[in-house]
This record gives sequence, C-alpha cells and structure tokens, in this order.
Amino acid sequence: MTDDAAGEPPSPPRTFDDREGRTIIVRDHDHDRDREALTAMYEAFDPADRAQGIPPMTTDRIVDWLDAITGPETVNVVAWHGDDVVGHATLVPDDENGAVELAIFVLQSHQSAGVGTQLIRALLGAGRAAGFERVWLTVERWNDPAISLYEKMGFDATDTESLEHEMELDLTQTDNTG
Amino acid sequence: MKLLLGIGGSDDSFHALERVVERVAETGDDLTVAILRNPATQAAPDGIEQRVRATLDERAVTASIRHLDGDPGSQLVALAEREGFDRIALGGGETSPMGKIKLGRIAEFVLLNSHVSVTLVR
Repeated sequence: MTDDAAGEPPSPPRTFDDREGRTIIVRDHDHDRDREALTAMYEAFDPADRAQGIPPMTTDRIVDWLDAITGPETVNVVAWHGDDVVGHATLVPDDENGAVELAIFVLQSHQSAGVGTQLIRALLGAGRAAGFERVWLTVERWNDPAISLYEKMGFDATDTESLEHEMELDLTQTDNTG
Repeated sequence: MKLLLGIGGSDDSFHALERVVERVAETGDDLTVAILRNPATQAAPDGIEQRVRATLDERAVTASIRHLDGDPGSQLVALAEREGFDRIALGGGETSPMGKIKLGRIAEFVLLNSHVSVTLVR
C-alpha cells in the first residue's frame, strides 16, 4: 500500500488476474453488497476443505457464523469473480488476549491461483489500518499450502506440539500489504 | 456399560460432565468420574469435585469419584485399561473466537493412546 492511500478504511478494491487468467476483485466486506454471495460461497464449499469445524455446513449455521465473524470490531475482505464471491478472509478479536484470530477460505475452484495471497495482503492491511497489533491463527499441521502461505506473510509458529499449529504475526513489525 | 469420565476443570470438561450425567440418568450406565490434574487449567481438584457432586445430585445419579495424580492423559488411559472400562468420555475441545475447534492436550493423548473407545463430548 502506498502512502497516498493513507490507510483510511475502506481501502479501494484491488483488481488482479489470477494464475488462471480470471479477473478477481478483492474488497473490504460490505454486508449489504456481499452477504448473499458470501453465504452462497459457503453453501458450495467442499466439506473436505473444512478446518477444525468451520465453515459450518448448513445454511442456518452458516448465517449464524457469518453474523458472528462479520460483527462489530471484526475486519473482513472478500474476493469477487464476476457475480460470485470466491474467497473470504477475516480477523476476529479475541477477548482473552487482546489479539485477533485470522481465518481464510478460498472456494475449491479458485484455489492455487494466487487468490489467497491477495486476500491475506488486503486483510492484513485493513487490520493494520484498524489498529490491530497482533494476529494469530491455527492451521492443521498437514495443511502444507496454508502453512507456506502464512510463512510467506511473515507468520511464525508459536506452538507446533498439537494437531493444529499455532502461528502469530506482529503487525507493528511487518508490512505485507504491498 | 462401564463408563469413565475424565474431568480436569476446563470449560469443555464441565460441559462433558453435564452431558454425560444427563445421559447416565437415562441409561443407568455404571459411571466413574476421574478428576484429573490439568496443567492448562490449574483448577483445584476439590472445587472440581464439588461441582461434580452437585451435578450428580441434581440428576440423582450415583457415581464413584476418583482423583488421579500425575500426567492426566496417561493416568486416565491406564485406569480405563486396568479396570476394564468400556468407554472413556472427555470434553471435546474449546472453540476459538472464530469458531474453530481446538482439541485439548489430554484429549489428543487419550485419542492416540487408548485401546478403550473414546467419546469426545461436543
């Protein structure tokens, strides 16, 4: 992000071509504009790509879950391809330790095409603009593509003893929004 | 069925207690509650025991209560195998603000080590 963008939310949409040549637009989440398409993305989501129980699988539970993770104090970005949402990344504040928890989901048809990298960059930029300082996440330890992506973004492993690795990023020390 | 519930003082372990006692009130299973030393909670064993007794009384369920010192997962598995329990029940993990399920260390150990069937209560 350049200085003249000034980090004022909402940040402008970013348009790019993914590795399959599809035009993708990453933008800050807007409930009225995005919600229907976001719900549809999770309804179409392959259960094999669920992580630690999310996303939920029935529409009722998807709606409740989206209400919770797009509520006040959260930061969300979505990736659009044409009329569809194909990716979503979110930061949810953690009451216990003053940090935010990160999660990202990309629809199966748009994985391994660079969409996740763009989503995370936009999300971390928006999180920094919102004043968050520390981001953490858990990732199943067999999920090598996700772990590689997080490492590329500057996340360090803080706990690798469990079935899920815990990783952390200090937003005040890094700039991965570029 | 001879059922062994392990409880170490985490929120999910108390949730498991409620659910298991509720179930035993219907089935009449032979229940033993093992109070563990969970390093993650540092919960006082006496406080856990009071809560176990209160929950049992509420449902008029009788159960033996045991205290297990030392490493919680291995002690629980050892007791289950030594005394011929049919099933171990445990809390099924905490949920993060995001809604992700995170298994506790005791549950991980028990799942990987127990020859007795294990139920994680959600």
